[in-house]
Amino acid sequence: MQLSRRNVMIMGAGAFVAFGLPMRASAAAEERIAEFTGGAAMAETGITLTAPEIAENGNTVPIEVSAPGAEAIMILAMGNPTPGVATFNFGPLAGSQYGSTRIRLAGTQDVVAIARMKDGSFARASRNVKVTIGGCGG
Amino acid sequence: MTRTKTIAAFFGAAAMIAGPAFAEPVEDTLILNEEIEMVTWTDPSPAVDGALSEVISGWHFRGDETRAMQADDFDNPGMMFVEQARDAWETVEGTAGKSCASCHGEADDSMKGVRAVYPKWNETAGEVRTLEMQINACRTEQMGAEPWKYAGKDMINMTALISSVSRGMPVNVAIDGPARETWEKGKEIYYTRFGQLELSCANCHEDNYGRMIRADHLSQGQINGFPTYRLKNTKLNSAHSRFKGCIRDTRAETFAEGSPEFIALELYVASRGNGLSVEGPSIRN
Amino acid sequence: MAQDVKPRIKLPKSAAAGETVTIKTLINHAMESGQRKDADGNTIPRSIINRFTTEFNGQMVLDVTMEPAISTNPYFEFEAIVPEAGEFKFTWYDDDGSIYEDVKKIALA
Repeated sequence: MQLSRRNVMIMGAGAFVAFGLPMRASAAAEERIAEFTGGAAMAETGITLTAPEIAENGNTVPIEVSAPGAEAIMILAMGNPTPGVATFNFGPLAGSQYGSTRIRLAGTQDVVAIARMKDGSFARASRNVKVTIGGCGG
Repeated sequence: MTRTKTIAAFFGAAAMIAGPAFAEPVEDTLILNEEIEMVTWTDPSPAVDGALSEVISGWHFRGDETRAMQADDFDNPGMMFVEQARDAWETVEGTAGKSCASCHGEADDSMKGVRAVYPKWNETAGEVRTLEMQINACRTEQMGAEPWKYAGKDMINMTALISSVSRGMPVNVAIDGPARETWEKGKEIYYTRFGQLELSCANCHEDNYGRMIRADHLSQGQINGFPTYRLKNTKLNSAHSRFKGCIRDTRAETFAEGSPEFIALELYVASRGNGLSVEGPSIRN
Repeated sequence: MAQDVKPRIKLPKSAAAGETVTIKTLINHAMESGQRKDADGNTIPRSIINRFTTEFNGQMVLDVTMEPAISTNPYFEFEAIVPEAGEFKFTWYDDDGSIYEDVKKIALA
């Protein structure tokens, strides 16, 4: 293989798409939020969403949510073909309003968690997760 | 321009965007189940013959979350398949009416240390045998059962069980005596350039480990963690399947799982990791 | 999918009355998302576990609605209060109607 100017450009282009373009939030995601909150305002505090800044593989991304005083936490992957991930509903014997799971992300995008508190208020947290494509064989 | 420089340009381009945080193996200690301290970074054994100044498990090239996932048997999805193999271990199959347990008792005791020394010369058969070959020899000769597909689910689950009970023990494959010829053949394959990209194993895993290939780290290609649960395909993968993938990625016609070429390559690559702890089933990307 | 599905659960064998314990669960399941295509280009139909519940002596701890973005071999970690000795009941509901259940006893320390 000779290193021509063209090859260099192809390689360069390959490098720059490595993280892919961020995926935009779909209308479906906005609808899910409206359905869950009834359009109510959401506080930016009271909920913590932990997710890696860069996911090693979009197939298995560990995340954690925690919202003391919540009855339910909905998690959405705003750029997935179907944005729903999971909704944790906490019962009377929940030891905390905390949950951890592993999720699929179709590409670099925002993961959003919305808590519905016992007093009827809502809180929202969002994390951008960069999803890399692999080395050999994706 | 030489090929080496072409490759360097490629890696350079990828590293530019990925940033320095991703380049080097991560310094960390793998303690399994808060109990077994694993050797994941050590001095090369004589088998390496000066090719590497240090021997590093693929674990160090993975992200924080992935490394943590392997440190706990419950968090490690590969262990689900170990449990499935425990059922298979007890299952009577074949004309002799035997299970693995009929001869070998508890896998935790009888299989301890086995993974660490395979591939291994078998005097009676007059060949170097991988763990898979030995399992199938047991099935066909002792149990009167059908052999398993070399890289099929049943086989890989069983190798995961056998590996899991040796975790923490050092890889220690023998490369002298009658195994030498196979080892030499494996070494030759390791340094042979394959495919349209004309890449050898060494071009990536010896010359460029610690650098980026597209958006991922290049490891030393050690196989002490095999079989490995890959996040990419969410199942266990054998070393031969990984070899196959690597050679395919050089745009070459690849060898088959269980082929004499891969058996030789497995012995050679395993020997480069002599001294590292057995980790399988590990977690990789 | 109903065959070979085997839950794994990790929790302490005992706890003090009123103590909060951490529970981890893992179940082997392909969680076919409905987004993938087979070699002939046909969409592989969705087939997932869509709900996971944990109860203690009949009272709800956690009820999770699961969607296709949950990874293969679903994993959950959460916390529960143990008010008395008793039994945790874990239930996974599959799209195909299968139900996978497991129970774990916990004693008072």
